[in-house]
Amino acid sequence: MEGTLSWTFVARLADVPRLGSRVVRTERGDVAIFRTADDSVFALDDRCPHKGGPLSQGIVHGHAVTCPLHNWVIDLASGEAQAPDIGCVKRTPVHLDGDRILLGVVS
Amino acid sequence: MNMISAPRRRLVVVGNGMAGMRTISELLARAPHRYDITVFGAEPHPNYDRIALSSVLAGEKTLEQIVINPLGWYAENGIRLIAGDPVVAIDRAARTVTSASGAVVSYDKLLLSTGSKPLVPPLPGLKLPGVCTFRDIADVNQMMAASQTQRRAVVIGGGLLGLEAAWGLKRRGMEVAVVHLMPTLMERQLDATAGQMLQRDLDERGINFFTNGQTEQILGTDRVEGVRLADGREVPGDIVVVAIGIRPNIDLARDAGLEVNRGIMVDDDLSTLTDKDVFSVGECIEHRGQVFGLVAPIWEQARTCAATLAGDETATYVTPALSTRLKITGIDVFSAGVLAAAAEEDEEVVLQDRKRGTYRKLVLRDDRLIGAVMYGEVSDGAWYFRLIREGADIGAMRDRLIMGEAMAAGGGAKVDPKAALAALPDSAEICGCNGVCKGKIVDTIREKGLTTLDGVRAHTKASASCGSCTPQVEGLLALTAGVAAATGPKPMCKCTTHGHDFVRKAIVTDGLKTIPEVMNRLGWSKPDGCASCRPALNYYLLCAWPGEYVDDAQSRFVNERNHANIQKDGTYSVVPRMWGGLTTPGELRAIADVADKFQVREVKVTGGQRIDLFGVKREDLPAVWADLNAAGMVSGHAYAKGLRTVKTCVGSTWCRFGTQDSTGMGVKLERMTWGSWHPHKVKLAVSGCPRNCAEATIKDFGVVAVDSGWELHIGGNGGIHVRATDLLCKVTTEEEVLEYCGAFLQLYREEAHYLERTAPWVERVGVAYVKSRVVEDTDNRRALHERFLFSQTFAQVDPWAKEASNAAFKTLEPVE
Repeated sequence: MEGTLSWTFVARLADVPRLGSRVVRTERGDVAIFRTADDSVFALDDRCPHKGGPLSQGIVHGHAVTCPLHNWVIDLASGEAQAPDIGCVKRTPVHLDGDRILLGVVS
Repeated sequence: MNMISAPRRRLVVVGNGMAGMRTISELLARAPHRYDITVFGAEPHPNYDRIALSSVLAGEKTLEQIVINPLGWYAENGIRLIAGDPVVAIDRAARTVTSASGAVVSYDKLLLSTGSKPLVPPLPGLKLPGVCTFRDIADVNQMMAASQTQRRAVVIGGGLLGLEAAWGLKRRGMEVAVVHLMPTLMERQLDATAGQMLQRDLDERGINFFTNGQTEQILGTDRVEGVRLADGREVPGDIVVVAIGIRPNIDLARDAGLEVNRGIMVDDDLSTLTDKDVFSVGECIEHRGQVFGLVAPIWEQARTCAATLAGDETATYVTPALSTRLKITGIDVFSAGVLAAAAEEDEEVVLQDRKRGTYRKLVLRDDRLIGAVMYGEVSDGAWYFRLIREGADIGAMRDRLIMGEAMAAGGGAKVDPKAALAALPDSAEICGCNGVCKGKIVDTIREKGLTTLDGVRAHTKASASCGSCTPQVEGLLALTAGVAAATGPKPMCKCTTHGHDFVRKAIVTDGLKTIPEVMNRLGWSKPDGCASCRPALNYYLLCAWPGEYVDDAQSRFVNERNHANIQKDGTYSVVPRMWGGLTTPGELRAIADVADKFQVREVKVTGGQRIDLFGVKREDLPAVWADLNAAGMVSGHAYAKGLRTVKTCVGSTWCRFGTQDSTGMGVKLERMTWGSWHPHKVKLAVSGCPRNCAEATIKDFGVVAVDSGWELHIGGNGGIHVRATDLLCKVTTEEEVLEYCGAFLQLYREEAHYLERTAPWVERVGVAYVKSRVVEDTDNRRALHERFLFSQTFAQVDPWAKEASNAAFKTLEPVE
């Protein structure tokens, strides 16, 4: 995807529970912001590649989330489903500036 | 007492790393009171496992998990730790060291364990922001932070260190390119074939390689933008990691007038050649022309140095044979000894299976094995390594040697690995990282009565580092402690080797009060577990420590976290509580209003005699609850691994067959049990006569009224495997029904496995057992019931009222 990347403020780090997630409404659908135990943040579409389950409502462990509907495990960094399942969730650039979570928007 | 003890000598350690602290651990084991010990460390951390930094970078371990000696260890052993304040000068005449902050400390013996520094070639652009090395916690933090904001990484160096850095950054979502000077990867540990196989596998995992690549310049103006190679190729990157190797950190020793070459020159007893009161161990030393970068010889140095410091004048260090492994998940590489035939009498034997991606090469000289390289399948690595180390005569099995231990030793038949393990001599090394032999493991298992892998790890350190010898250690545990130890109960999940019962017991007896505490104490393999063990541990802790344990919402399944049931389209269904299935016109009006207001798509009566509202959006949940609360209704817990419903028939109030007030009994039971958490869902029912209209005999706890009192039934359920209840007993009063019910539920709460319903639990432990605890033992029944009621004083809080104003249910909007 070509274009310029601009960063949009969406939440403070403290707004997202550790090992949890918050949903951001964007023009192209809901994006789930995840916060892991080491305070890394990741952003993925809030739709499991399997049956569209809301990943934001799954249990976060390591750098992965388990989908609440059928337990697919999705790697937060790559968006890919863990074997033996096959599928990939679209990632959104996300970046932590101090305690400000910024979401990347390509325009 | 009138004894005068000799004044303690002062030992100062410069360098708070693995080599120095291993020496101190060994010294404390040999001579705990010989020295007053002061330790200086340049990094502001306790001693940690530097080898595991690559696992931290890859997100497989946390920094907390790689600490070897926590701060408490220093305090317990009376060691003064000065961390974050490096020593800058040694005055050997005055026998003092001076730190950066100006502290001066005197010594009788000095131990230099200053380790190594990253090897950094003099490249233009090295000082640009975004360039880092891969050596310590600060480097790893810098790389982890960069992976959050930057996209592309260039790693200079395709050796062990560089590849582990590249893999860690890849795991963190970066695009990674590796620049390597030589034609093949890890050329010091692997031959060309294995190096190429490794490159192909990593290439498939999305890492790009630039071999034969000599970095000429790091590009960028304000910050790094990439690297340029001598042949003109340019590799773009937002961060550049220099990981081409290490060099001994000898500056301090050289300034102090100690003889140095590549490293600090030491004798066989690990004292320096120049000063017999100054010792040195680890990556900073040079011993008989050799310098060190792997852990096994350094542990050996620590052992020898500790013996010397403890007064053993005969202790002598000999460099052990070395083997290498790569810590990249799913890629198995092993090498030991020489990589290729070098002399005329040397011979190579090669076995390669391109389809399976496996390769092994052995180097032989005069019927001895002198080198082995393996790729893809390395289970025979330990065996080859032992043959190399022992210089064993392999003449008799030479033609089968390449096929591995099973074929070579058994002459074709598969050898029983247990028998092979039993046949090993006590001196056979099992754990290469920590130098632990079979004899030591077996003796420790016997002496300490160990039954778990974690126990063996804690007491011997075997299998506690890289973990590749875990199967052998488990095998020895089985041989020594009996089969039970190894085959034991099924582990809770892949994060642990322990079963549910063990974990539940440990929580209570060891007083473990939080999920991290349980995981740490019981050796969980992943820092925050998985979606399977976290909810189980959350429940076990909640059950063990009522009122004390703080529920962890992030360890709850979606329905319990949202107090509603998720449906296939991601919306939720909401069920208000109706005590014993009773409702009122007012409640029904309020439910109808909520259904209209929030455009509920379907309203359905459930099997448990409740009303279910389908199609509610998650962000509307708090408002729905507020409206239902306002009409006097509370959560029906239709989503809970806990008490769901008490179903009733109309009973003697209306029914011409009714013998007792079953509805009233049901309401009382529901008032007592609502809000209770259980290993799985729990359903109750009360029927007013043996016609059993409330279907009490397929419930977890069912009550059937008869003329003379109440029959109590347990362990039934509908579902895939329908199970009718077993009769527990018959009682006469309502108070007894309540007491037996509370006691039965508490026994289930305290002893069943998470996600085990009462039906399989009763089948597993037997009805007789439940009767013995709940019916025959009056005192125990009352105690169970009291514990249930005590727990209920904390559990009976309506989650809807509590969460109705929780902002976390709101969807965030981007702020321009």
